[in-house]
Amino acid sequence: MTDEAKGRGAGGARTSRRGFLRTAAAAGGAIAAGAVAARAEGPDPLITEVQDWASGFGDPVDATPYGLPIRFEDHVVRRNVEWLTESPISSINFTPIHALEGTITPQGCAFERHHSGAIELSKPDYRLMVNGLVERPLVFTYEDLTRFPRHVMTAFCECAANGGMEWGGAQLEGCQFTQGMIHNMEYTGVWLRDILNEAGVRPEGKWVYAEGADASSNGRSMPLEKAMDDVMVAFFANGEALRKEHGYPVRLVVPGWEGNMWVKWLRRIAVYDQAVESREETSKYTDLMADGRARKWTWVMDAKSVITSPSPQAPIRHGKGPLVITGLAWSGHGKIARVDVSLDGGRNWQTARLSGDVKPKALTRFHLDIDWDGSEMLLQSRAIDETGYVQPTKDQLRAIRGLNNVYHNNGIQTWWVRADGEVENVEVA
Amino acid sequence: MSRSRNLLVGAALAALAAGPAAAERLGLGRPALPEEIDAWDVAVLPDGTGLRPGSGDVATGEEVFAEKCASCHGDFAEGIDNWPVLAGGIGSLTDRRPVKTIGSYWPHLSTVWDYIHRSMPFGAAQTLTVDETYAITAFLLYSNGLVEDDFVLSDANFRDIVLPNAGGFYPDDRPETEYPLFRAEPCMTDCVETVEITRRAVDLNVTPTDPDGRPAGTLPPLTLAAVAPAAEAAGAAAPEAPAAETAGAAVPEAAPGAEAAAGAGPDPALVAAGESAFRKCAACHKVGEGAQNAVGPVLNGIFGRPAGGVEGFRYSKALTDMAAGGLVWDEAALHGFLENPRRFMRGTAMSFAGIRDEGERAALIAYLASLGD
Repeated sequence: MTDEAKGRGAGGARTSRRGFLRTAAAAGGAIAAGAVAARAEGPDPLITEVQDWASGFGDPVDATPYGLPIRFEDHVVRRNVEWLTESPISSINFTPIHALEGTITPQGCAFERHHSGAIELSKPDYRLMVNGLVERPLVFTYEDLTRFPRHVMTAFCECAANGGMEWGGAQLEGCQFTQGMIHNMEYTGVWLRDILNEAGVRPEGKWVYAEGADASSNGRSMPLEKAMDDVMVAFFANGEALRKEHGYPVRLVVPGWEGNMWVKWLRRIAVYDQAVESREETSKYTDLMADGRARKWTWVMDAKSVITSPSPQAPIRHGKGPLVITGLAWSGHGKIARVDVSLDGGRNWQTARLSGDVKPKALTRFHLDIDWDGSEMLLQSRAIDETGYVQPTKDQLRAIRGLNNVYHNNGIQTWWVRADGEVENVEVA
Repeated sequence: MSRSRNLLVGAALAALAAGPAAAERLGLGRPALPEEIDAWDVAVLPDGTGLRPGSGDVATGEEVFAEKCASCHGDFAEGIDNWPVLAGGIGSLTDRRPVKTIGSYWPHLSTVWDYIHRSMPFGAAQTLTVDETYAITAFLLYSNGLVEDDFVLSDANFRDIVLPNAGGFYPDDRPETEYPLFRAEPCMTDCVETVEITRRAVDLNVTPTDPDGRPAGTLPPLTLAAVAPAAEAAGAAAPEAPAAETAGAAVPEAAPGAEAAAGAGPDPALVAAGESAFRKCAACHKVGEGAQNAVGPVLNGIFGRPAGGVEGFRYSKALTDMAAGGLVWDEAALHGFLENPRRFMRGTAMSFAGIRDEGERAALIAYLASLGD
């Protein structure tokens, strides 16, 4: 409160507003804040008194040539869970999805995953090599890439480990930590197939391997069919150049498939007759099953959803009455067809509204507007995609995969909303 | 109708088939030169494609590993702290806590060689020679109990090695084992009889928190009324109106003190910038109360102290040599070392590229100087 007061500068208006607060709070007692506003006993000084911002100047143009969010939103940032990894150089952080709306994730708060830190690679220093089983091994500059036909595509990027910490049971408080290894951006770039055609894939070429320019040179293999389908070599995200931490100047976009394959700082595309079976596609990003064997090549991210508010970091503070339940749904298999929401832990369901455009392999926003009676709720959402796949419960997944799985946890999330509006991450049975 | 449709389909198929062949090249890019391909295409495939000629034995591998890998992975590849365990764990994959190592989990030896050669050591990738890579790989086979101590690995015998878990992987079978189960029309009402909470995340208490104890990033209240109780508590010690005044007055009051401090001690803003810059060091160096040696030594009290003085830390020969020569971590020495560690100290074990920006170095040094013993 002191910081806020400082920032606003001195002024009688604030003092009297705080005075008003006290009176209102005292008079209102336990009555919810909304009710106080509705039954205000006196006129609101925010309205009746001329405020600083309504009298003096605001910032001139050019005060911030490239702006950041206003300081009142400075809690909306990526966050790390330090105990997860030994070094922040090879680590991950989480998108504050509890504080965002709509579907597009701003680059500045979209989760990061680096294996050897986010490198600085300039456009003039950039090279992309295409080699292996091709007719003409080629090298492209950044400028060369800008001369291929350009396309625009929105896609979600989800780490295969999103929700991995929850596999053994509810662990972290907040969807930023439990479902926040995800972002959704509108990319502009060129089709990988156009670049591959330029080099000419030889008939024996079956796999396409993509590799980054950073010290980890994170590399992943994908079947030629995917590479020739919807994979993009992107250089813009949300209308601006990729940010450094998202692979500037060029990254791969592999719609619907796990984030580790979206190679950043893309430096090489190779065509081979077999998968490389790199470290990231053998020792990591493989799914250990109960019998001790492991699934590999589990690329697709299955349908999933989460209620982003209310949630542990977004408690209900306005009391009973109208309540907006908002959340995100997505599927690596295509479009979201429907999202259902349960208020009672999965006993009964109602269908939510899908708000805005529904795009394949992209985040879809859903809303459900309810009249909350102020009693406890066990909130859940379940996504259904256009293939008819219904998001399963965590227990359904555990029954098939056992307890040692880490990746691809797309199970239903439960939030326990208490009568006071506070929210906890729980599991139910 | 159906005939014309068939015709259409046929025409479409023909067009598709002709598509790739007919796709015109744009003539972009230039031919990749053999030397360039050799430099960048370092991938080694499961069948040995891409393997480079060379060899290395277990004993040499152990030496190189001790020097370049053991600070994270441990002398016996057992893994220090949360760094990856590389040996052991065979037979543990069905345990509640499986230990996934090269011996217990990795399917292909090519992956080991490829990853070490291209991505290790952490912070100094692509500095190992081909023979060193063979030697380290041989040592890792040995530490997993898969070869004897006189084993020599080379491109000639590489393909003969089959890792224990080679048969432990199968391609994604979710389309057969999961999707059919999850495509039933979902229940909408009275789906289960009772619902009980079985687990609560709060019981584990492992979520990062804000200073008020709430989960980190919790949205602040939106109404002044909701803020009021907190303001009451904060303002309880001082009467209302003066509290607002002192908030403003506190700034000029504090300023002279800050200026006085600037003459004697470090600039707080510089120290703060240095603390932020230190994040790239924090992977290996711990500071503050109770800090212990990690990959690198504890840095408390480093500023102005003779080099190599942290008890219990195993320094490189390069550092102990320079320490014996009288190296003191004063401002100039820290600038030199941090700008380019390997140039300042040939043979240093610190895998760090250095900080080119002088201002950033100055901030970092100011921060280090602010750390007590």
